[in-house]
Amino acid sequence: MDTQFDDALTGEQKIRNFNINFGPQHPAAHGVLRLVLELDGEIVERCDPHIGLLHRGTEKLMESRTYLQNLPYFDRLDYVAPMNQEHAWCLAIEKLTGTVVPRRASLIRVLFSEIGRILNHLMNVTTQAMDVGALTPPLWGFTAREELMVFYERASGARLHAAYFRPGGVHQDLPPKLIDDIDTWCETFPTLLDNIEGLLNENRIFKQRNADIGVVTEKDILDWGFSGVMVRGSGFAWDLRRSQPYECYSELDFQIPVGKNGDCYDRYLCRMAEMRESLKIIKQVIAKLRVEPGDVLARGKITPPPRGEMKTSMEALIHHFKLYTEGFHVPEGEIYAAVEAPKGEFGVYLVADGTNKPYRAKIRAPGFLHLQAMDHISKGHQLADVAAIIGTLDIVFGEIDR
Amino acid sequence: MSDALKELAAHIEQRQPQAVLSARISHGELTLEVAAAHLVALTEFLKTDGTCRFSSLVDITAIDHPERPARFVMVYHFLSMYQNHRIRLRVNLREDEMMPSISRVHPSANWFEREVFDMFGILFTGHPDLRRILTDYGFRGHPLRKDFPTTGYTEVRYDEAQKRVVYEPVSLVQEYRQFDFLSPWEGATYILPGDDKAKA
Repeated sequence: MDTQFDDALTGEQKIRNFNINFGPQHPAAHGVLRLVLELDGEIVERCDPHIGLLHRGTEKLMESRTYLQNLPYFDRLDYVAPMNQEHAWCLAIEKLTGTVVPRRASLIRVLFSEIGRILNHLMNVTTQAMDVGALTPPLWGFTAREELMVFYERASGARLHAAYFRPGGVHQDLPPKLIDDIDTWCETFPTLLDNIEGLLNENRIFKQRNADIGVVTEKDILDWGFSGVMVRGSGFAWDLRRSQPYECYSELDFQIPVGKNGDCYDRYLCRMAEMRESLKIIKQVIAKLRVEPGDVLARGKITPPPRGEMKTSMEALIHHFKLYTEGFHVPEGEIYAAVEAPKGEFGVYLVADGTNKPYRAKIRAPGFLHLQAMDHISKGHQLADVAAIIGTLDIVFGEIDR
Repeated sequence: MSDALKELAAHIEQRQPQAVLSARISHGELTLEVAAAHLVALTEFLKTDGTCRFSSLVDITAIDHPERPARFVMVYHFLSMYQNHRIRLRVNLREDEMMPSISRVHPSANWFEREVFDMFGILFTGHPDLRRILTDYGFRGHPLRKDFPTTGYTEVRYDEAQKRVVYEPVSLVQEYRQFDFLSPWEGATYILPGDDKAKA
């Protein structure tokens, strides 16, 4: 309002925009997000996310710990789907050390990455529905999440912070009963998805709140560095599992669901479809796991010896002791390893200096870029749409604030 | 894979000879050493050139090497969703130098550069809004510099008497323990506590 015609405005026209704080304790902020919103009436003029309230200095801490000690930090980044993050860290170390992961470990990793994807999408889809007014989906979604966390627990011993993927493989083999149980679960889970879709897909309120809200175009994707569902919701079949395959994704049969309009509703549909694709992958992997027994760790410098050997061989005992005190050394070099985490491209840039600790590790979280575009996406929307947009951006502060 | 990257490196070197100092491929990744002055022009070229099309910025970060004359290394990662390849740019930077901001070419660089400023204290010229991003309001120092202690300098607690949050210098009951298990036979250059008395 600094124009030269200010004096010609009537009293009613001299209305200042209204600034409000959204969060950090707003239930729809999905954690500790503080948005400073500038409102013109109910229209968002400017949105300035203040992040860092959950900053724990992960990258600084990692510089003074060994490679193996750093692994559990990755569970605490995106705590909705912990194992997918560990995966990126393991891949980075394996690329630098040139370790080949055994076949069975690779299958198990894919299995739990997809379980992680379902965990994440269940959480996101249902809580986003809650943000726009539906109360039942989260209650149903969390029952399934609970069952999946039991699978986590039976594989790794922990429901959430698993530390199950290790450089060179996975910590321990799965019990046969667990594989059977996951298989049975895959039969029952589609019913839950059908029920959630029955509640939401054609729901008038849900569609009114989500359709044509937060539309993402191709230019937005490139300008703001989007990845994952934010890209696929706009009709681009970009998926690292397909375009830059890692583990054994290249031999698995799955589709990449894409949206059409790039709005919140399409992203919701994408996530629902992706859960069904993940189920398909899980079933294929289980079939392979049943017929392909074997070791789950690439035995060598960076992995512990088998327990039995440790009890009988002095060398194995020394190796075990050195591994868990000094840790293993990673040859000098730099690497960027990325995985298709449920939220998008999760990457680790690792600079190793040949010692037992990383010289520098940068965590590239997809949510960081998605939240950055919040100002761009929410501009011109109503205040109530902000909650819907945050929901489908799929942000978790563990990984954004690090 | 590696042949395609070699061709790409040759292509960029040929078209932007003044910007690219050297190129190397390791672990299947293409890394270019770039001069800071030409960075913006090069990213613009990488974004628009038909064979490159590095349209997405993946990551910006820095590495601190306090012992080197050019203390910082800025690292940029780009991805092309159209050509399906990645590239890494490295720029050496002295402590008293400023970095040109690429946020005009890639708007997504905004927060990454704020983060680098916050964590390393590197200033960016032409950045629209260079504030701290991850640390506390009013925080001092740049945590990811190697000379910044992991414990930090201040700690925060709620003071019951003043009814507000107060900042105090860090007081540790016990020295912060940095376990260093590097083998004395390979690589460890430090003197273990107690060993210093052996010679005297």
